[in-house]
Amino acid sequence: MNCKGIIRELTDYLDGELPLAIKAELEQHLIGCDDCRIVVDSTRKTIEIFCRCEPVPLPEDVRSRLHSVLRRHLGKATN
Amino acid sequence: MVNRDCGSIFGPITWNRTHGRRCVDRTRQHFVSAPETKPRESTIVREDESALVAAAKSGNIEAFEELVSRYESKIFRLAMNITRNREDAEDAMQDAFLKSYSHLKNFQGDSRFYTWLVRITVNEALMRLRKRRPNQVSLDEPVETGDDLMPREIEDWGPSPEQRYAQRELGTILSEVIEGLEPDYRTVFVLRDIEELSTEETANLLGISVPAVKSRLLRARLKLRDRLNKYFRKGEPN
Repeated sequence: MNCKGIIRELTDYLDGELPLAIKAELEQHLIGCDDCRIVVDSTRKTIEIFCRCEPVPLPEDVRSRLHSVLRRHLGKATN
Repeated sequence: MVNRDCGSIFGPITWNRTHGRRCVDRTRQHFVSAPETKPRESTIVREDESALVAAAKSGNIEAFEELVSRYESKIFRLAMNITRNREDAEDAMQDAFLKSYSHLKNFQGDSRFYTWLVRITVNEALMRLRKRRPNQVSLDEPVETGDDLMPREIEDWGPSPEQRYAQRELGTILSEVIEGLEPDYRTVFVLRDIEELSTEETANLLGISVPAVKSRLLRARLKLRDRLNKYFRKGEPN
């Protein structure tokens, strides 16, 4: 497998969806190719950083409007 | 008047996420510095969710409001990530919660309530995105060959590069970087990597093929990697 092949298979590799034979071939390439190893590692970190980031609390004005709409539609008296 | 001053919608980094399960699979592969990932929610929380859903189904409005309070921040972030427009995101969120309440009796409980809510929100958000930008959400595209995707800037990030930034600063960086993605790529990335929908589920929701989902996800991941490189490359000062 060459460097273009690594990029082509990158998503399936990171998601653990590559067939074993292709995965082995890809990892064999990574052993000898620093550039591909860095791309794989930094792409994985990109996903993880987004994946781990919690949302900020809902802005108070947005939250207030949401609950007001819900109370109105769910038939509950406004507090 | 559209309010584009969205601010950051990404907050603190946490390891306690259900996402951790899939991340663990990723990190088990070679060449990976594995972080300690733990499931975000316990069985107790899931049972609690089931009890709240059951109570809401039987007409308990307080139980439904508890579900709303529990997920409102995540649902707003999801809608913002798809629409990148605060007004549309707020409308999508409100309609998603209202629709989930009015269709609650149809919810069979074969998936988590949150997953069901995500699907409703995605539909609401996509509807608004397509209305506002009808020419920017395409249906399909050829599978990548890898020829035009080779990254140009290749620099080691070192372990835990995000720790070089304060939480607020990191949230701003992530919001800016994801906002710069084309809607097609951003939506797939959000559904697959942040909300953890399967490739097939993402394809169904977006009305595109599985190869198109994979193709867009690859491009999205590489583009985000490329844009984060200047912040996270080793030795980059704060």
